[in-house]
Amino acid sequence: MTLVPLGPNQIAFLLHGAVWTVVLSLIACLGGGALGMVVALCRVAPLRAVRAAAAVYIQAVQGTPPLVAMFLLYFGLPGLGLNVPSLLAASLALIVNVSAFLGEIWRGCIESVPRPQWEAAECLALSRTQRMLRVILPQAVRIAIPPTVGFSVQVIKNTSLASVVGFVELARAGQIVNNSVFQPFLIYLLIAAIYFAMCFPLSWLNRVLERRTGGWRRRPAALTAAIPVVSA
Amino acid sequence: MSFDFSSVFDQWPLFLHGALLTLELSVVATVAGFVIGTACALALRAGGVLGGICQVYVEAIRNTPLLVQIFLMYFGLASLGFHLSAFVVASLSLTVNVGAYTAEIMRAGLEATPAGQIEAGECLGLSHVQIYRHVLLLPAMERVYPSLASQFVLLMLASSVTSQISAEELTAAANYVQSATFRPFETFILLAALYVALSLVMRLGFAALAFVLFPRRRRLRMATA
Amino acid sequence: MSDTPIIELRDVQKSFGTLKVLDGVSFAVARGQVAVLIGRSGSGKSTALRCIDRLERIDAGEITVCGHRLADPKLELRALRQDVGIVFQSYNLFPHLTVEQNVTLAPMAVKRVPRAEARATARDVLARVGLADKAAAYPEQLSGGQQQRAAIARSLAMQPKVMLFDEVTSALDPELTAEVLRVLEQLAASGMTMVLVTHEMGFARRIADLLVFMHGGKVREMGPAGILSDPQTIELRQFVSHELAHAGQ
Ligand SMILES: Nc1ncnc2c1ncn2[C@@H]1O[C@H](COP(=O)(O)OP(=O)(O)OP(=O)(O)O)[C@@H](O)[C@H]1O
Ligand SMILES: [Mg+2]
Repeated sequence: MTLVPLGPNQIAFLLHGAVWTVVLSLIACLGGGALGMVVALCRVAPLRAVRAAAAVYIQAVQGTPPLVAMFLLYFGLPGLGLNVPSLLAASLALIVNVSAFLGEIWRGCIESVPRPQWEAAECLALSRTQRMLRVILPQAVRIAIPPTVGFSVQVIKNTSLASVVGFVELARAGQIVNNSVFQPFLIYLLIAAIYFAMCFPLSWLNRVLERRTGGWRRRPAALTAAIPVVSA
Repeated sequence: MSFDFSSVFDQWPLFLHGALLTLELSVVATVAGFVIGTACALALRAGGVLGGICQVYVEAIRNTPLLVQIFLMYFGLASLGFHLSAFVVASLSLTVNVGAYTAEIMRAGLEATPAGQIEAGECLGLSHVQIYRHVLLLPAMERVYPSLASQFVLLMLASSVTSQISAEELTAAANYVQSATFRPFETFILLAALYVALSLVMRLGFAALAFVLFPRRRRLRMATA
Repeated sequence: MSDTPIIELRDVQKSFGTLKVLDGVSFAVARGQVAVLIGRSGSGKSTALRCIDRLERIDAGEITVCGHRLADPKLELRALRQDVGIVFQSYNLFPHLTVEQNVTLAPMAVKRVPRAEARATARDVLARVGLADKAAAYPEQLSGGQQQRAAIARSLAMQPKVMLFDEVTSALDPELTAEVLRVLEQLAASGMTMVLVTHEMGFARRIADLLVFMHGGKVREMGPAGILSDPQTIELRQFVSHELAHAGQ
């Protein structure tokens, strides 16, 4: 086996892919975060039907692998005469996926604001919206920061699935470079190292934040089941 | 726009075969990963060189995508002369992957053991093994059981990624069906529904398992019901 | 003082599941009066108070508060809450807001009072409870007694017509209790209509225009503070001697 050294072109190509991984992660986090907020609020809405609909949405999305969601959007929609570019398909699939997980995590955070705080706000004649915005959410945000940072690691890793629908992010860039130099062990190790460099600081931050807020022991019961440690 | 699910439904034996393989992969990885992860969690707790190695393993796995881990194991190892079949790589990579998450979850569960508990066990004259089993591991597992169960369900869903090295699980089966029927939309809708169903089945399974494993919780639940 | 009661409970029934907690409770409080609910733990005092602010719905009977009929399906819940202030044993200040922000939040958000005016009101009510210098502090920086007084100020800032207090001193040691009770007495002297639950019998005797003794979800005795000196029922007799025995510790 002859070893072709990695040239500057190939390195540049990989880094270019890494940039797209970052962009895709940001799209997924921002879009998924916005939609996830809506989902979380629906989960604690006063109307039973709204709560139930949000619960079904979360179950359905969390029960579907993001890879399958991408297949559905990228390969499935053309079957209905709708052609979707790979970036759009990947972004949409990730946004929907993130929204369900963040929605469930944030619901746990909202519900873990102690009951008396809800009542105190109610007794001051604050409207439902005011109670949420002025009293509950500011307290929920603090609880939500560590698990949200932790989940962002899963989002970065999940962007690698976009390679499967042909979008050239880091994993796909690795495959392409590998096709020309054929050193899969080296290339995929390098790719893994780049992902690690992106994810580890966030994992570390998550751990520091968790420790500061008291970690597992003081995590509200509503959260323990809601916090996934997604593997993909 | 017209839907034609019937030609896709006709391929049910392929879906069934794929679903069974997905479950098989998941069970293998869950059981093996649980053993590895629990051992790692104990090593992490003990610290030392072994604990350090486990820490590196856990961080390396948790901070890289499963897809890349699979490629590294399938194509990378082959290029170094280790030829493993797609099924072996699939089970191995899923096991290694979920082992790291289990280690992290169990570590958190062990950490939450109240300090006095171990002393109480020692004072009662329990052996090391008995303390590990009754005072540390089982209560820790009970504490983190919901997280563990979620993680194993997520593992089953993540196993869809192994279709990329042509392991013949559910997603790969669906890929085959859609290329045969030219009905990609219907195929992938059905595929998504099957995964949702599989995850519900797994959740039910874990709930039933909890019923057997944790009698205390069962009694508490009945008392509050 | 007008004769029509500002708070009136008539034959109120309330159960939690199979547990009957209020079993035909009736009493009325006139404007400017101070009613004190006493009774053993579990006798339904807190539940009665929570029903008055519609934190719990009642199963039967009638409650009227400041002209709001609580059973009315068209009840304006937020209007009721503007007329009624309630303070709990666990102060329930908002931990993410300073004392002043806690106090100005509801007037600004609910009554649309301009910020400057709300802050002036806050200064006023905080001074009344002796916390003028703590406006900028966060709740966790205050002692229990200070937190409780801040909670009272927060309710006062809404200028309620009626104030409810549920064992507001139970979590405090004697010194801090005294400073909170002083605030309550000033408030009563200023003519506020109040319903309070307390275990401080001396204080109850001093402040009550109307004493309501509850036992097993029923009102067993009711009348001016003097009823403590001459209990008509064996339950109140036992309760008083029990409380006296504990007050002397
Ligand atoms: N939300 C609830 N659900 C079920 N039972 C309740 C609830 N709130 C109160 N109870 C029960 O109702 C009964 C009366 O409670 P309540 O809090 O009104 O008593 P209390 O007179 O205030 O007692 P304490 O002096 O201990 O505060 C108790 O037996 C209590 O357990
Ligand atoms: Mg009470």
